[in-house]
Amino acid sequence: MNVLWLIMLCVSIVFAIFTGHLEAFTTSIFDGAKAAVEVSLYLLGIVSVWMGITRILEDSGLIYRIAHLFKPLICRLFKNIPDDHPSITAITLNVLANLFGLGNAATPLGIQAMQDLDELNQDKGTITPEMMTFIVINTASIQLIPFSVIGILATYGNHNPAAVVFPVLIATAISTMTALLVLAAFRRIFR
Amino acid sequence: MIKSIEYISLLIIPLFILFTVLYGTLKKVRVYDSFVAGAKEGPAIILKIFPYLLTIFVAIKGFQASGAFDYLRDAFYGVFSFLHIPIEAVSMAIIKPLSGSASTALFVDIVKTTGPDSMATHMSAIIMGSAETTFYVLAVYLGAVSIKKTRYLVPVCLISDFIGILVAVMVTRWFF
Repeated sequence: MNVLWLIMLCVSIVFAIFTGHLEAFTTSIFDGAKAAVEVSLYLLGIVSVWMGITRILEDSGLIYRIAHLFKPLICRLFKNIPDDHPSITAITLNVLANLFGLGNAATPLGIQAMQDLDELNQDKGTITPEMMTFIVINTASIQLIPFSVIGILATYGNHNPAAVVFPVLIATAISTMTALLVLAAFRRIFR
Repeated sequence: MIKSIEYISLLIIPLFILFTVLYGTLKKVRVYDSFVAGAKEGPAIILKIFPYLLTIFVAIKGFQASGAFDYLRDAFYGVFSFLHIPIEAVSMAIIKPLSGSASTALFVDIVKTTGPDSMATHMSAIIMGSAETTFYVLAVYLGAVSIKKTRYLVPVCLISDFIGILVAVMVTRWFF
């Protein structure tokens, strides 16, 4: 992240100087800051709601039941999660939310999953293999129904907006599997 | 078909909440107090995420505004036009990992300018549906647990994005 951020900033500033976009660049820095505040405020709301629901799930013991149910499935991908660990529930619910294209629900669930996975982290501040697997699954994003895309296509008169559902499913399934293979390859190399 | 699936997806969250509170009540949990106690954790988490989000947003917005983004797109254009991939889809492939709202705006623009049934529209739609806002996910998820050492995660995500977009292009060719 450090290298990437450094490169992005340096390249941007050099480009801004040579293409005469200096004013736009400076404005964009403050735009970025504003966008971060807006997104954070939005996240504050939905994350707090999810945290509230999670607490009920925990207090009633339901979260451990869900975890137990999906244990065999999640265990294949995440090797070092102990039985009945709450992270299993959060991961499962996050994947389901992504599957249905419920981005609003997926983000707080993902945050929860990361926090649960961090409980198992021996070396805080350094990413664990489980966290990497989880993030890669999220950025590759398996999607069943891309509602926003279908909505836009329908609005502008596409003759069959639903036709994208199957190709998207195929594309995301292949790309998620490839992403996991790439991760596995890197894991071998950088052991 | 889509309508009924859409309805089911609308039902999921409300039904999940209903089930949670009813089950909690059945197990003698004071659901109101539990919810409040849980919600109290929200602000602390967001406070942790905020600096990461700000850092990545500043870099992304700056990158777009400086003209570097356009240059990157033009550089890719040569390669992609050779493969007969519409320039619009190339823009989408570059912008989708960077910004969710910008990619939605771009998609609407592509549909308007190239028509709702064009190859560019279909290809962009598949990319839009199959790629994720990688940098946003990285900032938010890593920020939530204050991860500083990401090891090989970022290269893996970038390679996966690239492969994902190639897959999306091939799948589009195959279906449309």
